[in-house]
Amino acid sequence: MSQSKQQVYRLNTGGRIDRSRTLSFTFNGQRYQGHPGDTLASALLANGVDIVNRSFKYSRPRGIVAAGAEEPNAIVQLGSSEAAQVPNVRATQQALYEGLAASSTNGWPNVQRDLMGLFGKLGGQFMPPGFYYKTFMAPASMWLTYEKYIRKAAGLGRSPMEADPDNYDHFNQHCDVLVVGAGAAGLAAALAAARSGARVMVADEQEEMGGSLLASRETLEGKPADQWVARVLDELASCENVTLLPRTTANGYHDHNFVTLHERRTEHLGDTAPVENGHRQVRARLHRVRAGQVILSTGAHERPLVYAGNDVPGNLLAGAVSTYIRRYGVAPGRKLVLSTSNDYGYRAALDWKEAGCEVVAIVDAREAPAGDWVDAARAQGIKIITGSAVIEAKGSNRVTAARVAKIDIGAFKVSGPVQELACDTIASSGGYSPVIHLASHTGARPTWRDDILGFVPRLVKGVQACGGANGCYALGDVLAEGVEAGIKAAAAMGHAVQTVTLPSAERLQQGSAVALFQVPHEKPTLRGPKQFVDLQNDVTAAGIELATREGFESIEHIKRYTAMGFGTDQGKLGNINGMAIAARCLNRSIPEVGTTVFRPNYTPVTFGAIVGRHCRDLFDPERYTALHQWHVERGAEFEDVGQWKRPWYYPQKVNGKTETMHEAVARECLAVREKVGILDASTLGKIDIQGPDAREFLARIYTNKWEKLAVGKCRYGLMCKDDGMVTDDGVTSCLAENHFLMTTTTGGAAAILEWLELWHQTEWPELDVYFSSVTDHWATMTITGPEARKLLAEISDLDLDRDSFKFMDWRSGKVAGVPARVFRISFTGELTFEINVQANYAMHVWQTLFKHGEKYGLTPYGTETMHVLRAEKGFIIVGQETDGSVTPEDLGMQWCVGYDKPYSWIGKRALTRSDTKRENRKQLVGLRPKDPKVILEEGAQIVLDPKHAIPMPMVGHVTSSYYSPILDSGFALAVVKGGHQKLGETVYLPMADGQTHEAEIVSTIFYDPKGERQHV
Amino acid sequence: MFYIYCPYCGEHREEEEFHPKGQAHIERPKEPEACSDEEWGDYLFFRDNPRGVHHEMWVHAVGCRKFFNVTRHTVSYEILETYKMGEQPSITADSQSQAREGAAVSQQEGVRA
Amino acid sequence: MSNAATFDTRTDTAIPVESPLAYSYRRSGAPQAGGPSRLQLRERAMLGHLILRGGAIVLDEAVRDVLGISLPGQPQALVQDASGERSIQWLSPDEWLVIVPGGEEFPLETKLREQLGSAHFAISDVSGGQTLLELSGEAARELLMKTVIYDVHPSNFPVGKGVTTVFAKATTILRRPSDERWELVVRRSFADYCYRWLLDAGAEFGINVQQ
Repeated sequence: MSQSKQQVYRLNTGGRIDRSRTLSFTFNGQRYQGHPGDTLASALLANGVDIVNRSFKYSRPRGIVAAGAEEPNAIVQLGSSEAAQVPNVRATQQALYEGLAASSTNGWPNVQRDLMGLFGKLGGQFMPPGFYYKTFMAPASMWLTYEKYIRKAAGLGRSPMEADPDNYDHFNQHCDVLVVGAGAAGLAAALAAARSGARVMVADEQEEMGGSLLASRETLEGKPADQWVARVLDELASCENVTLLPRTTANGYHDHNFVTLHERRTEHLGDTAPVENGHRQVRARLHRVRAGQVILSTGAHERPLVYAGNDVPGNLLAGAVSTYIRRYGVAPGRKLVLSTSNDYGYRAALDWKEAGCEVVAIVDAREAPAGDWVDAARAQGIKIITGSAVIEAKGSNRVTAARVAKIDIGAFKVSGPVQELACDTIASSGGYSPVIHLASHTGARPTWRDDILGFVPRLVKGVQACGGANGCYALGDVLAEGVEAGIKAAAAMGHAVQTVTLPSAERLQQGSAVALFQVPHEKPTLRGPKQFVDLQNDVTAAGIELATREGFESIEHIKRYTAMGFGTDQGKLGNINGMAIAARCLNRSIPEVGTTVFRPNYTPVTFGAIVGRHCRDLFDPERYTALHQWHVERGAEFEDVGQWKRPWYYPQKVNGKTETMHEAVARECLAVREKVGILDASTLGKIDIQGPDAREFLARIYTNKWEKLAVGKCRYGLMCKDDGMVTDDGVTSCLAENHFLMTTTTGGAAAILEWLELWHQTEWPELDVYFSSVTDHWATMTITGPEARKLLAEISDLDLDRDSFKFMDWRSGKVAGVPARVFRISFTGELTFEINVQANYAMHVWQTLFKHGEKYGLTPYGTETMHVLRAEKGFIIVGQETDGSVTPEDLGMQWCVGYDKPYSWIGKRALTRSDTKRENRKQLVGLRPKDPKVILEEGAQIVLDPKHAIPMPMVGHVTSSYYSPILDSGFALAVVKGGHQKLGETVYLPMADGQTHEAEIVSTIFYDPKGERQHV
Repeated sequence: MFYIYCPYCGEHREEEEFHPKGQAHIERPKEPEACSDEEWGDYLFFRDNPRGVHHEMWVHAVGCRKFFNVTRHTVSYEILETYKMGEQPSITADSQSQAREGAAVSQQEGVRA
Repeated sequence: MSNAATFDTRTDTAIPVESPLAYSYRRSGAPQAGGPSRLQLRERAMLGHLILRGGAIVLDEAVRDVLGISLPGQPQALVQDASGERSIQWLSPDEWLVIVPGGEEFPLETKLREQLGSAHFAISDVSGGQTLLELSGEAARELLMKTVIYDVHPSNFPVGKGVTTVFAKATTILRRPSDERWELVVRRSFADYCYRWLLDAGAEFGINVQQ
């Protein structure tokens, strides 16, 4: 194939493409060529590719309709390799690059020869709106089968099966003025704001800024408009206070002027980002912009006319035809019929004619069109058929003719004979719809304006719309609105604007447009050929009419029933026509029917951009203790506790085989019970509490008493919310009369600090006390077991005598030469010392302990062993034995409740509510399985009568369950209704596999019930 | 994503730095033991859910760690004012409805579907 | 006296210490850009960090007497002594962060406590719990824009300012002691996450880590 034959629709001159260079690309496996400056869509049109997809529901062949974000059909899958696959790319927004590989997302086995088309054709009239709901939902069991088939038919693109090699990130931006859209209005606004010195950001979704001015037949200062664009962009680029973001779509407009911008930084260069200086560039970036003022200069979308067969390839928007000719040097056909309701559409015919192609006729719905462009068309000798419209496009894979007739819009009927005009392209224009999507994201409903036949945005605080987005279309007025918006926005941010002189624009005479949202056909809508309203979702005028007949009156319901404006389309092309058709069917006005709500995102955003850098090992923070390196080297398995990585257990190699978790935990448990173990407890929350009222504060926030805790002593405390439910626990130590160190659960540290501040700041500001987190400052090493004292004695100057350093005492001294606070508290029931040193010294102390600990059998243990050991002692874990519905009394911890404390501490009053006094509350008990080999399942439900008919009344559940190496038996903690009165009774645990376990309710303390071992 | 003026930091800061803490001006009864179960239940569990002006407590968690109050419109999400703990709002539902006759209409318009 | 316990967590004995980034250097290394770098990262480890709580008026006099600099009373303010080695940063209306050369924190705390006598205040030593990362180079601000949600534009973040804010999915104290330098105070347990984040986000600028 020769070059010239390949790009048969490429014009010899014109456009912003570089004909001196050729880019090759593939579409559905076929090789084509285009030029730098092309979009994939313009290159496909240049190559005469008519069918780019099959439609979603009816599988009809579809071609390119638009030239921008509103394109409903040319939605492609990109990527030359598996890892680079990107679905849902609009060919109209994708710049062409060398080697681009694209394919249709719909069409099976391919778009040209589509088997699903048969289904569409045969099933066409059997697929009314609500078809899926009506047909495929019953029987429910078949849905999976249906769905597989429908998905294959629908083919909405696919995600890659291999890891994405690219990098993405987020940028947190702040500016005075954010200008969205850099067309005439946006550039004027940006220029005005920029000259004030305000911090300005300009985002534009296209490859080049300038919007419609890049392809306009209008002049500014007597010169082509794009020269003014270049000048303005030069000035803006030279301003330090201006950030220009081309290829950047404002996708979401959130509260308080927070706008998300999706910048595609390298997607015009290749399907993966290029590597520069050894680093892969950032492919896409999400800018999270907090703007003082937002200017929406997003322009307007042209509305297509709705006529029969308007989806056959070769039907295009009039403005798109102009854009392809003037910006990309492509005439997407040879013989054009233009159907319009307004003057703007005429430009397509003028451009077509100037490109040297044949304009068969302009069909104008108005009886007596008049205006400068109408005159220009007449002067060019173009035939104008008035009071008429294209009522049907003929052709299947490409338009072959237009059926044209006189129409009576008011009576909604064809009022004259039909003539058939042979053509290959039909351009239509039904006027403009301001792009109100972003304004709509804020929740503000738009306002209908009869004079422009469109909705304009209603605006929230700090935002303005100008130009097309505001329903203003005459170039001179657009520029003026832009400048005014820029001045106002800058002024609102405290910046005075210097002069901005507007370029002179031509003043064009224009006739008024006629409202035409659906073109009548000879046949009634429901029986005539399909007239498409929403091409992407295959919604027809008949579908909307049927929905109204079936009783749907709210536009939001009609939207859901028909799928109009769904998905990535978000109603860009068809929404206004659809609403107008619904209004006509319901005999209401358009504002009465109203719009549907547009939602973010405006166009699809890749997951990469959404995720940014928050992925892989940066997905979430991992918090490490000062001893993490040691744990890693020791081969620990880690458990996530909040964001902390805690050693879970330390499997060893025994005879060349790595221990299972069960084996490792059994070994670690016995080491603690028989010798000495060591736990990294640095993750416990630690709060430094100072002030003369610290003690009073503790008495109010904890359930138990604090007034007598002496300096040098520690005490376990329980905290409730004011509803009486346990929320945290831990040991608090009296460091000095006005100074306490509180420990919290690992997961609760931040929340408890906030909890203390809450009460201090809101209810008890009169208490003189301060709280500061010292969690990370201290490393905590717990040595526990009968040999703990001997080990510590070797490396410490502390007097460890049992009578001078008692259980629940703390002392300071040196451990391994390092100043340390040592707390004699126990979570295992064994003799325990918790050694606290400044974290920077932790590794030295830990290693010294091991240097001396070997002979005592010092064994590191993890959280799993810690859990087993504490459960053997009946010590609760908040969040495991408790779930926000458990009181201290439910836990049997009345010993930890100061009923007679003078201040009504947090949680006290609730303990006398009728519900918390109920006798059949779930209460904490021990469970001993009848078969000691059984480890009950945590969460297993408990019943009293296993023979009871299903559903059995459930009386509780297992909260913790382990194997105890020291008891050589399974054991569990559980909450059981009225459990404290049921000691010795037998309960049953029916399991999903049909087995029923039997267990006896026992004390929660399974080992050393008198608590002697911790006192030795 | 709200942009919240912290009355202690004297600046607008991003919502991510704050935690919402529910309805503002809920005072703990001075004598809990003197409350009936119903009164105590009201204090614990019952909160307003107005359409319109609402006073909320927030904390500048990643910041100065101070609690403060926010007067927010629950339909438009506009923050009308923020004020320190212990202070009273200058904007309330009453002052708003007096100030704006057409409030009901604009609330209707701003509904999020 | 405030009747609080003081405790010097440091020792003069030569005992090996590990900064909060010790694990990170072993795990992720300390990348050096081949060519000219637009971004430098340096940990200033083992400094003395104290949290000061109390009324501004009460604390100001003591701080001036003991440290020779006045307590910043304005929100977000950061003041330094002439050498730049000692600084006080406003964290909240009754909370300040004092950073001094390592080893000075305990004598400083002791002197402040003496000076403040029976006033209501609190001083907490957090030297082991956080570390200071210093960023410099022309790309530092861009790196920060990827990292913190606070506006780091010079018009909003002049020299002498400091804030507590969100760092990726963690938190940080961010300060600007001079035109060329930014400082991040990160918590020990989050330090590795922050370090890896900065290396990853800084890769495109050729980040250089000085150890």
